[in-house]
Amino acid sequence: MANNLLTIFLVPEVSLSILAICSLMYGLFSKKNAFIKTTNFATLSLLIVAVLIYFDFNTTFASFDNYFLNNSFTKFFKILTAIGAAASLVISKNYFIDSKINKFEIPTLLLFSTLGMMLMISAKDLMIMYLAIELQSLSLYVVATIKRNSLESAESGVKYFVLGALSSGILLYGFSLVYGFTGQTSFEGIYQSLSQIDKLPIGLVFGLVFVLVGLAFKVSAVPFHMWTPDVYEGAPTSITAFFAIVPKLAATALIFRFCLEPFGNFDFEWTQVIFFLSVASMFLGAVAAIAQKNLKRLLAYSSIGHVGYVLIALVAANDQGIKSASIYMFIYLLMNIAFFSILLSLKKADVFVEKIDDLNGLSKSNPLISLSIAIIMLSMAGIPPFMGFFGKLYVFIAAVESQLYLLAILGVLASVVSAFYYLRIIKGMYFDEASHTESFEFIITNHAKIILTVVMFIITFFIFYPSLLTNIVVGISLN
Amino acid sequence: MIYLEHYLFLAAIIFTIGVLGIFLNKKNVIIILMSIELILLSVNINLISFSVFLNDISGQIFALLTLTVAAAEAAIGLAILVVFYRNLGSIEVSKINKLKG
Repeated sequence: MANNLLTIFLVPEVSLSILAICSLMYGLFSKKNAFIKTTNFATLSLLIVAVLIYFDFNTTFASFDNYFLNNSFTKFFKILTAIGAAASLVISKNYFIDSKINKFEIPTLLLFSTLGMMLMISAKDLMIMYLAIELQSLSLYVVATIKRNSLESAESGVKYFVLGALSSGILLYGFSLVYGFTGQTSFEGIYQSLSQIDKLPIGLVFGLVFVLVGLAFKVSAVPFHMWTPDVYEGAPTSITAFFAIVPKLAATALIFRFCLEPFGNFDFEWTQVIFFLSVASMFLGAVAAIAQKNLKRLLAYSSIGHVGYVLIALVAANDQGIKSASIYMFIYLLMNIAFFSILLSLKKADVFVEKIDDLNGLSKSNPLISLSIAIIMLSMAGIPPFMGFFGKLYVFIAAVESQLYLLAILGVLASVVSAFYYLRIIKGMYFDEASHTESFEFIITNHAKIILTVVMFIITFFIFYPSLLTNIVVGISLN
Repeated sequence: MIYLEHYLFLAAIIFTIGVLGIFLNKKNVIIILMSIELILLSVNINLISFSVFLNDISGQIFALLTLTVAAAEAAIGLAILVVFYRNLGSIEVSKINKLKG
């Protein structure tokens, strides 16, 4: 027993929650440089947690009476979440200090929201799923508003809070209906009580749709995407980086698990809903981004589009779909880390770059940076030989394998439309003259520089060794 | 005699009032917070009535957890509202329009 009690600290979620509380105390009691110390501490703890997840100590202990699921799928997504959160902390440290929002609560809150995301990925019970979603969102509401003297930040916080709370309420109403009509709260119990019937009663259909609407809010799929552009634009860029990189992973993993585990036998009921969400997200993401002038807003619409592509893999509802979604989310994570690490370091006339026009003429003064942005943009548009192409390729393969030819064709069409605004940024950097004469400044910490270099290397040269990723992903399944 | 349907009907009505309160209200953000509380309340009525009629305890535990989270959510919502009020000097819904496009 004594042995068991000690090994509980090796369960990743337990150790992350303890480390998050320690980080709060550390920030509170350090007199000078509290922000830098807590950020380093938080980054280190996230890396420790990623290692703990990888080595997977004592998984039977970690299931907590069947409330948590541990398998290759959750392990992959949890490692991505931890590493993505650590990377976003490292790349945004400079920005926080520079724009004077260096409060030590930020890394602590981000640790708590990462904990919520890891619980979301593993949740195997409606109650745990709800609590995990709330832990994640409550921390994120606060960090969106963290720049207290800025009206934009406060407004984005209000909008995020109202729509997030509404979506949680809708989700919860769906949970209550699912619980009432099956009498179960655990995923397995719901699956078993559903396996005795071959048609969903009307109450359960309502419950399923309500839950899917709530989850669509969390992954920001159209028509429930309204908060995304406003929150991305209003929040400080460093917080936007976190929003773009991490919570999407957890919400995507959760929507996959919720559809495929308890409602796995009723895919004809939910694929219609997901089909609509997917097509609408791809096209709105592509069309609405064309008119944008703000880079963060553009990135928000681009992320809405990316969610559409991932949901194609969910409509496919097969093993290949799960694998291709894992690949897609991995690639999405890397592209966003690369783009935000540039955005968080690039200054023009002593202000951080935010408008698309600000990038005009960048290639003259900083050829290497503009080449990197060009590669990231081509990769996001899905143009070979860069990494983003492979994400889209595998998703479309999954769709074709499930005979979803229409969805695959619509996906290709939407990605052609979206190529326009990615290419427009490249055109601005290489062919337009700068409107002001102020020169660009690129200030980046050494750690962020290492991350940027490694990620850019992977994005550019992924085509030579795609097996490095596909070999990992082959082992991923929900069973 | 009051059956399960009556409770569900009541919860559905309260839920609808809550959702409409968020979308139709033009005046005050506080009303939005109250509407969110209404939504969570309707869920609690649902959970507890299901729990009683199914003879299963987990619905009531779920309702307790929901209550706790609702309190935390209201606290954070009010805190965000205070920050917003300090910046703008007003909490009118129609004035939340700086970010758009």
